[in-house]
This record gives sequence, C-alpha cells and structure tokens, in this order.
Amino acid sequence: MSEPPLIEVEDLNVSFPGRGGLTRAVRGASFSLGRERLGIVGESGSGKSTTGWALLGLVPRPGIVTARRMSLSGTDLLSLGESDWQSLRGRRMSMVMQDPKYSLNPVLRVGRQIQETYRLHHRSSAAEARRHALAMLEAVRIRDADQVFHLYPHQLSGGMGQRVMIAMMLIAEPDLLIADEPTSALDVTVQNQVLRILDDLVTVRGMGLIFISHNLTIVSSFCDRVLVMYGGRIVEECKADELDRAKHPYTRALIRAAPSLASYQPELSVVVRDPEWLA
Amino acid sequence: MAGGTEMKGLAAGRPAFAVVRRFAAFLGSLLLTFLGLTAVTFGIGRFIPVDPVLAVVGDHATRAVYDKTYLAMGLDRPVPVQYLIYLRKLVSGDFGQSVMTSRPVLSDLMQFFPATFELATIATLIGVIIGVPAGVTAGALKGRWPDHLVRIVGLFGYSMPVFWLGLVGLFVFYGKLGWVSGPGRLDVAYDDIVTSRTGIILVDSLIEGEWAVFRNAIAHLILPAGILGYFSLAYIARMTRSFMIEQLSQEYVVAARVKGRSFWGAVWHHAFPNIMVALITVIGLSYASLLEGAVLTETVFAWPGLGLYITHSLFNADMNAVLGGTLMVGAVFIGVNLLCDLLYKIFDPRLRTQ
Repeated sequence: MSEPPLIEVEDLNVSFPGRGGLTRAVRGASFSLGRERLGIVGESGSGKSTTGWALLGLVPRPGIVTARRMSLSGTDLLSLGESDWQSLRGRRMSMVMQDPKYSLNPVLRVGRQIQETYRLHHRSSAAEARRHALAMLEAVRIRDADQVFHLYPHQLSGGMGQRVMIAMMLIAEPDLLIADEPTSALDVTVQNQVLRILDDLVTVRGMGLIFISHNLTIVSSFCDRVLVMYGGRIVEECKADELDRAKHPYTRALIRAAPSLASYQPELSVVVRDPEWLA
Repeated sequence: MAGGTEMKGLAAGRPAFAVVRRFAAFLGSLLLTFLGLTAVTFGIGRFIPVDPVLAVVGDHATRAVYDKTYLAMGLDRPVPVQYLIYLRKLVSGDFGQSVMTSRPVLSDLMQFFPATFELATIATLIGVIIGVPAGVTAGALKGRWPDHLVRIVGLFGYSMPVFWLGLVGLFVFYGKLGWVSGPGRLDVAYDDIVTSRTGIILVDSLIEGEWAVFRNAIAHLILPAGILGYFSLAYIARMTRSFMIEQLSQEYVVAARVKGRSFWGAVWHHAFPNIMVALITVIGLSYASLLEGAVLTETVFAWPGLGLYITHSLFNADMNAVLGGTLMVGAVFIGVNLLCDLLYKIFDPRLRTQ
C-alpha cells in the first residue's frame, strides 16, 4: 500500500488525575481509518468523545494522553508542538459539535465565524475569504447566503445553525471530520436533512469521517464501519450493516435496549453489565 | 424553536412611530427616575433631625431673627408644598444658596464636581487598563502562578485602608523620593494661570497649551488617582477573572480551538467579547462609585472634590448643599447607567431590540 491510512491509532489511553486517583476515560483503543465513514457508539462516558478530542489534541487539562502510535496520513501526532497542532486543526482535521446554540460564538456574525477558519489557514484578502464563506454557505444548502452571512447565531434555527457549523468546520477542506453527535440536539425533521448534507460533503470531498453517536439506527445506516466502546475500551468492531449480527454481549444488549415501533415491548430491556467486559 | 420557519428576526420594515414611541417611553422613565430621586433626597432632607434655620442664623440669634428666617425659608408651609416649590426652583436651575460658601449650590457643584470627575476618570482608566488584562490572564491561567499573583496583589488592594495607603504614599513618593507633588490639585505657583472652562485642569491647561500647568496637575493627580485606581483595579481584575473562567468553559471557545485558533486567540477573540456586557456593568459601577466622591482620599490629599464638599456640608447642616450634592450623585448614577445600557447593545447583538 502506497498511501498510509488517514488515521492510525494504537493503544490510545486518556486519563484524568483526580482526588480518587486516575480516571481512565480511554483504555488502549486501537483503530485505523481510511477515507470512509467510521461510527463510534457507546453510552455516555464510554470514551467516544474523549477519543475524538485526543485526535484533535484538545483533551482538556489535566488530562494525560498516551499512545503507542497516533498519526494522521503518516504525520506523527504524538510529537507535535502547539503551533503544529494549530496549523493542523481546522485545516486537516476538524470537528462538528453537538449543539450550534453553544458551539457558535453568540456575539460574532455567522459570516465572520466561517471566514475566520479560512483566514486562519490561508493568506487571503477579506474579499476572497468572504467569497469562500458564501460559497460554503451555499454548499450546505443555505438559501439567501448573503443575508445569513450577516446574521448572529441567535437569529438562526437549530438546523440552520448546525449547517453553519458544518460550513465553518469544512471551509478549510480538512481530510478528516469528527462529528460528535451532530444531530442529537436537532428536531427529528431536520436531523435527516443535516445528515444528508454532511454525507454529501464527505463523499464529494473524499474525506474521512468519524461519526460519534449513541443512536444505533443512525450509525448503522450512515456509516461503513462501527466501533462499539464500553468503559473506555473498544469492545467490538464490525461493518455497519452487520451490526445486528454483532457478537459482543454489550453490543447485543445495546441493540436490545433500543425501543422499536415494529414490535410491542411491555418493558424495555436493561443492559446487564459484566465486569468481565473491562478485564 | 426550529419548526417551519428557517429564519427568525430578519429585519422587517419598522414603522416610524414605533421608534418615536420607544424614545418617548425612554424619556418618560428617565423623568420618573429623576422625580423619584428628588422626592427621596428632599424627604430625607426634611425629616432628618437637623434645624435648617439654626444652620443659617447660628446659635446666638434672637427669637425674632429666627422666626423671620423660618418664614423666609418657607418652612411654615406644608411639606408637599415645600417640595413643589423646591421642584419648581430645581427646574429653573436654582439649587438654593449654600450657607457654608454663601454661593449658589449649583456654582459650588460646578466647581467641585470636575475635580472629582478628573480623579475618578483617571483612576478608572488605570483600573481598566491594568485590571482587565490582569483578570483575563488570571482567568485563562486559573490555578497557575499568574492567577495567584493577581489574587495576592488584588487582596492587598482591597484590604489596605485607603487613608493609610494615601498617607504612606505621600510620605514615600512626595516626602522622601519627591517623585510626585503633594496634596491639592496644583502648586500655588500655578494657580489661576489657566481660566476654568471645564473645571478639569488637565483639559483646561491643554486647551490653552500651558504645558507647565498640565505637568504640575499630573504630578498632583497621579498619586491619589493611582491609589483609587489600585482599588478599582483589584475589583475589576477579580470580576474579570470569574467572568473569563465562566466563558472559557463554553463550547464556542473549544470550537474556536478546533478551527485552529491558538489558546490566547480563543481567549481574546472569542471569550473576551462575550464578557463585555458583564465587564461594562462592573466598570460602570466602580466608576459611578468613584464619581460620587472618595471622601477619605479627597481628605488625605486635600482634593477639593464632591465627596469633601458633601461631607463638609453635612457637618455644617447645610441642607441645600447636601441636597444639591446628593442630586448630583444621583444624576451621575443615572447617567452612567444610561451609558452602560447603550454600550450593552453595542457589544451584545442579543440585547438589541428587533
């Protein structure tokens, strides 16, 4: 193989020192990613978001990140200095966060926030950055891009805000996008719309996507491959369309716990945990 | 939210009369505030156990003189009528005579307030220029040494009594080192060189190009302004720090980092604009409280300001002067509040009415 995979992670550990000793958020996670869509599922606190932050070098203080190997297209991420990280973030990998209500800066105009990403990574005139930002707004299918450009985040609906977020994070054309529950704060009706836009952009630009979610249905229909995390460990890896044939008891329990409209369940099943899973 | 419409709050055509109505409502509320202010100050002035007649005629006046003055001051009328008369005079700019200076209270205020204004403004500038960056740095580096440094310097700031700090400052910088000038606003040699246009010596001397006077005024101002500035610095830095810590935990700050912003870029370009509203409130409050006159500082530095004027008037039961001074303080507070309200809308788009 000539081209190294987009992401290679070997034995990633993230832990947070605290009063009761180390809290280990991610324990020995290993995976790799090409230009494909990888889903990471698991319940809250299973380490899926932390894995994303570790890839971006943004694990909050005082978190400790160690790995045997962590690289982006062959670039060793473990030995990067702060300024290297800065030229990498936004430009080569980026992240769409959960709720545009909180992840867009409330006092800056939408257009300025989109332009900012572009100007951080390209030497360009204001007019050029503006042109790119407008084109990006159109790429996320916002009509009246000219008008939206001058709005503030509180003047946008949730679906529109998330599309602005996507525009802001993709304008510098990164190779990898991490989407951390990008639709869970949205109305069900706009969820699909936003997912479709995300899907189109990722496909057209040939990007790699890490899709973090706790929604098994969305992940299995949207991604190529799925990692299941539990207690900071990757307990199962499988093709998305084979998720219903998953072997690990935790994955099976997760699937069983999801309510279904097709069949009547008088009681939802609860995940019964086995300490063996973390051994 | 969300639902059918995609966009909320796109500017629709606004009828002109709505603007007029909003402005009228604003003026009305302003007027009401002032009316309330006069009622309260007048009420306090009439109900405190001070004999205003005695303050005018002195202890040894005869009964006849006392009664004549009592009638002349209109004190035989019912209190509401006295209030209305007081209001009518206020409207025509008549605050009454000061017993202490035997001048109209208004001209006294015009003379004393600029001195306080000058001191408070320079002090606030010092507090903002040093306090805000110090607070931002402390908040961004929470728990590390710059944070501790700012906290210790601030703690010293608000635990030292101002008169002590003033006296020690005079002793060291004026008495021993001779770096600054002593009490008062100017050396005697520089008095009456510039005519008083604004009453603010720094401004007046600049207008006339009298650099020697300007320099002398600075030399007098720097120590009291520095000490008051230190206090407001301590307060502003502490508040800025906590505003900053709150904002830095917000998701948009992380989003800025994801885009490729440096840590300090995210702090100053993203978090900082979001603390502006809270910061303006704090700065406004601290400025307004300095504008009402810092009695202790003005006493130590023989600074002829509003605080000194009101305090002396109180000691002499000079009610017209006290009421005038209190009204002035109230007006200053209302003015600063108005200014803050205006600034809020500039810095936070969510507060602009649609």
